[in-house]
Amino acid sequence: MTGHADVIRVALPAHLRTLARVQGEVELQVPGRVTQCAVLDALEARYPMLRGTIRDQRTGKRRAFIRFFACEEDLSHQQPDAPLPEAVAVGAEPYLIVGAMAGG
Amino acid sequence: MSGVRVLVGTRKGAFVLRSDGKRDQWDVSGPHFPGWEIYHLKGSPADQDRLYASQSNGWFGQLIQRSDDGGASWEAVGNDFSYQGEAGTHQWYDGTPHPWEFARVWHLEPSLDDPDTVYAGVEDAGLFRSADGGKHWEELPGLRGHKSGPSWQPGAGGMCLHTIILDPSSPGRIFTAISAAGAFRSDDGGQTWRPVNQGLRSEGIPDPAAEVGHCVHRLAMHPSRPSVLYMQKHWDVMRSDDAGESWHEVSGDLPTDFGFPIDVHAHEPETVYVVPITSDSHHFPPEGKLRVYRSRTGGDEWEPLTQGLPQEHCYVNVLRDAMAVDSLDSCGVYFGTTGGQVYASPDAGDSWVPIVRDLPAVLSVEVQTLP
Repeated sequence: MTGHADVIRVALPAHLRTLARVQGEVELQVPGRVTQCAVLDALEARYPMLRGTIRDQRTGKRRAFIRFFACEEDLSHQQPDAPLPEAVAVGAEPYLIVGAMAGG
Repeated sequence: MSGVRVLVGTRKGAFVLRSDGKRDQWDVSGPHFPGWEIYHLKGSPADQDRLYASQSNGWFGQLIQRSDDGGASWEAVGNDFSYQGEAGTHQWYDGTPHPWEFARVWHLEPSLDDPDTVYAGVEDAGLFRSADGGKHWEELPGLRGHKSGPSWQPGAGGMCLHTIILDPSSPGRIFTAISAAGAFRSDDGGQTWRPVNQGLRSEGIPDPAAEVGHCVHRLAMHPSRPSVLYMQKHWDVMRSDDAGESWHEVSGDLPTDFGFPIDVHAHEPETVYVVPITSDSHHFPPEGKLRVYRSRTGGDEWEPLTQGLPQEHCYVNVLRDAMAVDSLDSCGVYFGTTGGQVYASPDAGDSWVPIVRDLPAVLSVEVQTLP
C-alpha cells in the first residue's frame, strides 16, 4: 500500500462537517502509506479549522470522545502509524470519525 | 441613530440581539454555532465589527471564532492553547498535585486600542494573548508561574480565569480573577503578577484572610476611575479604592451577599449592580424573586429593582459573565439567566423587559454601543 493515488473517503460527524463547511463525505488524496495519522494529516491540511478537534495539536493524541471506525471495526486504539484496511486505502470503504455517544 | 448590539453566549450557541437607541424593538439572530457551548463573546472597543467568540464542547474541544462584520459571518482562527514550558502542577480537590490541563476559554478580552490583540482567560487558570487576531496564542506565564500557583485549587466550576480587566489609564495594568485563587494584578503588561486580596475573608478556607485561595466570582471597574474596583466574591460584595491593594466589604443591606455578576453604571461610577443569589447550595434568587440590586453609593446601601422581573416562582441563576451595560445617555443594563431569558433595562435598572425568553442557558452577555 505505498505510492498509490486512490481517493480516501472520510466521514465526519455533523459538528465537524459544519465547521469545515462540507456536506457528505470528504475525499482526500493521501500520499504514501495510508495510516490513520496520514489521513488525519491530510484532512487537517485541507481543513485547518479541524486542527485540535479530533486529536491534540501537539501530541497527536485522540480526543477522549472521538472514535475511529472502518470496515465495521473500531480502530480507535490502534497505533496512529498502522496501515488502514485495504478497503479504506482504495476508497471502497469510508474512514469514519465519530463523536462518541456520551452525555446521558 | 445610535444603537446597541447584545452578544449572548449560551450552552447551545451564540445569539446576537440588535436594537436602535430606544431599545424597545429587537432583532435576534442565531443560534450561531448551534449545539456548541459559547462561554463568551466580545467585541473590540477599537473596531465594533471585530468580535471574538469562545466555542467549545466536550467532544471536539476548543475553537475560537472571529467575526469582522459584527457577527454576520465568522471564521475559525487559532485554537492552540498550549501552556508555555513545563505545565507544572496545581492542587487537586484531594490535595494532591495535579498537572495543569487546558479545558476551555472562559473569557475573551479584546485590547482597548488594537482589534488584533485579544486576551483569553482559560481553565486550568492561565492567561493567553494573541496579537494577530486570534490566529496564534501565547501564554503570559508569569501569572500561572506565580509562586503561589502550585497551591491553587479549583472551585466547583473548575479552576478558571474568568475575569480580565484592562486599565484604560495605565496601559500595562491588568487585573485578573481566578476561581478559587483570587484576584491578581500586573503592572507590566502581564509579565509579572501579584495577588491583590488583602481584606478578603473567606470562611471556607483554612486561613480566612490568606493571600490566595479566595473564590472571587467577578470584578468590575468604571473606566473613568480605574483605581476603584468592585468584587462579587463567593460570599461578600467587596470594594477597593486603591486598585486592589486593599478591600472592604460593601454588602450592606443586601438580602444575601452570594452571587456571581457585578457591574457598574456607564456614567455613574458609584452606581453598582449585583444579583443576589440565595447561597452556594441554592443557586437561585431568594424567595423565588428575581431582583437586581442597585447601589448609588458605591455599595453598602442597596435597593431592589423588580419592575418587569418575575417576582414569584423564579429559580434561575445569573452567571458571572452574564451582565453588561451600554453607554447610551440613559444607561442600559442587561443580564441573561440560566433559564434562557435575556432582560434589558433602558433606564439604568428602573424597569426591565425580556428581549428573549427561551434561549438555552445563558453563559455570557456583552453589549456594544453603536454610533
